[in-house]
Amino acid sequence: MRPDPQVQNGTGSHDHGTGPHEHAVDEVPHTHPDPGVDPHAPLTSPVPGTTRPVRVGIGGPVGSGKTALVAALCRALGDELRLAVVTNDIYTTEDADFLLRNGVLPADRIRAVETGCCPHTAIRDDISANLDAVEDLEVSLGPLDLVLVESGGDNLTATFSRGLVDHQIFVVDVAGGDKVPRKGGPGVTSADLLVINKTDLAPLVGADLSVMARDSAARRGDLPTVFLSLVDDPVAGMVADWVRGLLPARTDRRGGPAKLVP
Amino acid sequence: MTGLATLLVLADGRLPAGGHAHSGGLEAAVSSGRLRDLAGLSGFLRGRLATTGRITAAFAAAACVAARTVRAADADADADADAGHDDALDRHRLDALDEGLDARTPSPALRRASRVQGRALLRAGRAIWSVDPAQRDRHHPVALGIVAAAAGLPPAEAAVAGAYGTVSGPASAAVRLLGLDPYGVHSLLAELAGECDRLAALAAARAGDPIDLLPADSAPLLEIGAEVHANWEVRLFAS
Amino acid sequence: MRAQARIVAVADPVRGTRLAAMRGEPPLLPRRTFPSDSEGEVQLHLVGGAAGPLGGDDLRIEIEVGPDARLCVRSVAASLALPGPAGGQSRLHITARVAAGGRLRWLPEPLIGAAGCDHRTVTSIALAEGATLLWREELVCGRYAEPVGDVRIETTLRYGGRTLLRNDLAVGPRASGWSGPAVLDGARAVGSLLVVDPAWSDATSQEPTRCVWMAGPDDGSGRPDSAGGPTGVRRAAPEHSTAAVLPLAGGPAMLVNAVGADPRAVRARLDRLSVRRYVPERTARFRAIPIARVSPAASSATAGDAE
Ligand SMILES: Nc1nc2c(ncn2[C@@H]2O[C@H](COP(=O)(O)OP(=O)(O)OP(=O)(O)O)[C@@H](O)[C@H]2O)c(=O)[nH]1
Ligand SMILES: [Mg+2]
Repeated sequence: MRPDPQVQNGTGSHDHGTGPHEHAVDEVPHTHPDPGVDPHAPLTSPVPGTTRPVRVGIGGPVGSGKTALVAALCRALGDELRLAVVTNDIYTTEDADFLLRNGVLPADRIRAVETGCCPHTAIRDDISANLDAVEDLEVSLGPLDLVLVESGGDNLTATFSRGLVDHQIFVVDVAGGDKVPRKGGPGVTSADLLVINKTDLAPLVGADLSVMARDSAARRGDLPTVFLSLVDDPVAGMVADWVRGLLPARTDRRGGPAKLVP
Repeated sequence: MTGLATLLVLADGRLPAGGHAHSGGLEAAVSSGRLRDLAGLSGFLRGRLATTGRITAAFAAAACVAARTVRAADADADADADAGHDDALDRHRLDALDEGLDARTPSPALRRASRVQGRALLRAGRAIWSVDPAQRDRHHPVALGIVAAAAGLPPAEAAVAGAYGTVSGPASAAVRLLGLDPYGVHSLLAELAGECDRLAALAAARAGDPIDLLPADSAPLLEIGAEVHANWEVRLFAS
Repeated sequence: MRAQARIVAVADPVRGTRLAAMRGEPPLLPRRTFPSDSEGEVQLHLVGGAAGPLGGDDLRIEIEVGPDARLCVRSVAASLALPGPAGGQSRLHITARVAAGGRLRWLPEPLIGAAGCDHRTVTSIALAEGATLLWREELVCGRYAEPVGDVRIETTLRYGGRTLLRNDLAVGPRASGWSGPAVLDGARAVGSLLVVDPAWSDATSQEPTRCVWMAGPDDGSGRPDSAGGPTGVRRAAPEHSTAAVLPLAGGPAMLVNAVGADPRAVRARLDRLSVRRYVPERTARFRAIPIARVSPAASSATAGDAE
């Protein structure tokens, strides 16, 4: 919900030194503690007069089902929301085809970001390439409601910077063993939503879902956890509902007002 | 008032300015089989420093001089609206330096990579120092000069950050891509430090030269490799 | 030794082009050669009157092509940069000016840098908007099994007053890392072909679209190698990354770059990329130049297919 001081002041006359600057009408007027520093920079909307889309990060270990979840969300939300995807996955045309075929997401709504062998750096320590990609999508596609950012597969400690996303989903799978939630790590403990995926495989790998539920509750306190099998639920219904709940209420959106998962 | 620590902030590989995703041509060199080991990396870094590094240092210093003048003029204009300080020449100089880098970068892939990194650096500069918000789309060396000026650094320090960055980026990529011994790799960087300083001093001394007279040393295989790399279906580094 | 050559080509209503001036002194002796181009082009060769350039030499070539005139300059043999008896640098300054509607093709044989040489070529090309150019530059690092001396080639291309290309290349003991994997990777020959065609103006008003084709020895596919390799990095055969077509920013121009084990390989790559592949659909102009005209052996304008 922030105007872009940089775009609005293309002449370079923006003056942080002498007083409060302009904000959108619905924003509480304020000054910034440090003149000359633009605290809004990472969270600006490149299209003046529009609101910035909600950005949701999807992280988690290699192969846990992040791309499959992105595809499911595209399937579930693609018709009702203006949606775009940034992927930090090592991006192949197979991935694009996958999203195209399964997610009904046109190629111009997907941007790939190279992470230089360091997926967590790109989503946490140096988010510039991802911010560039998000802004590029916003500029080329016009106003968006939601941008999904898929991280490259990494380890349990990799989480998104708050400068890049507003909310994050951490995806683990049962095939990694039912010990994973107990191990904790910032992804499991602090993600806004923990998805434990591939529950259909639990009997095959001898994973005890009740143990996983208990451990994640212990680790996460009040933060929600969802058990999912994308094989059984190809539109990831619970996760899609959770995402809907993140968006500002809009009456013109198909599917009606958002409802929260319990 | 700034000191050496400000230079460390600007030259730090962890500055969130997108550098980690660029290998400076190293990924292409590795995949074509031209670079396999520490000895290969040594030759690669020397060649890159003598070409891209020399140009980066020269243009960062020149842009820093121009950006400092523009900032001083802006400050004057703020202090006294009637001062009528004409800084159009220096703004034009920044545009001309940008064109000068276009002319020194025949590879479209390298031009894109340089602008992407320039944009990322300016983004960081806006958030960290008071970089003019109108400066958005610049080649990386020009962006470096602008950001250094905003951080209060002199042209020679903009130049040394530029020269060092052209080798530290690929060196770090080599550690990640080839699993080279990090001590060996950093020994190479330490060996090249003197040359970085020398190039920076030259760059600062010639920062006011006409643009066609600034360094233009080219590395054919960096240009060719960048085009090949940009055509790959899958790559780990953006350039 | 100091020597100067001056060549001025102007449009002629009957023959298309005539030479208003053609003079030189050894080792820069221009000679009119035939057959001339059917498109009204005048062709001449520089015939070397002495070995060289030698250290201490100061050579200057001035070329002017008037409106609508067409000139092609070649040389009969490679030039060999050698150390001078009294040391010192050898210098070759080439200045070319082409008026709107004029066309210059500069297609000399390679420069060979001998051991111990200290040579510098400075090329300055100024094209008016609407002028057309084909400019070849080839460098061989040493004679057979010989280390190269110091050679520096500096090129500036201006088109309609704007500098489109500033490109220097330095090899030899004074050039740090020149034979390493960033610059030449041990290649003994390197070359470039600079092409300017105003017919591309519309196409290149934006950043020109990337067009790159790798030139392998028999790679006719124009497609990048897609083989995978260790460490997950795609591994292309080395010869697949030895040449590229590079559309320049800000004007209707491109640079074709090639490196190779020897001058034949470089010439073959330049010819292949420039003639067969780069020409945009809309441009008929350079399509009309058959490969044999770009790349003849010595003074014959009808040399067979390169490679
Ligand atoms: N059985 C089963 N397989 C699944 C499920 N979700 C995803 N998969 C499969 O798991 C594999 C990996 O899924 P991806 O979506 O590519 O995983 P990812 O997290 O994006 O992987 P990286 O990006 O490589 O880290 C694919 O073969 C999917 O089809 C699930 O719920 N059940
Ligand atoms: Mg994935």
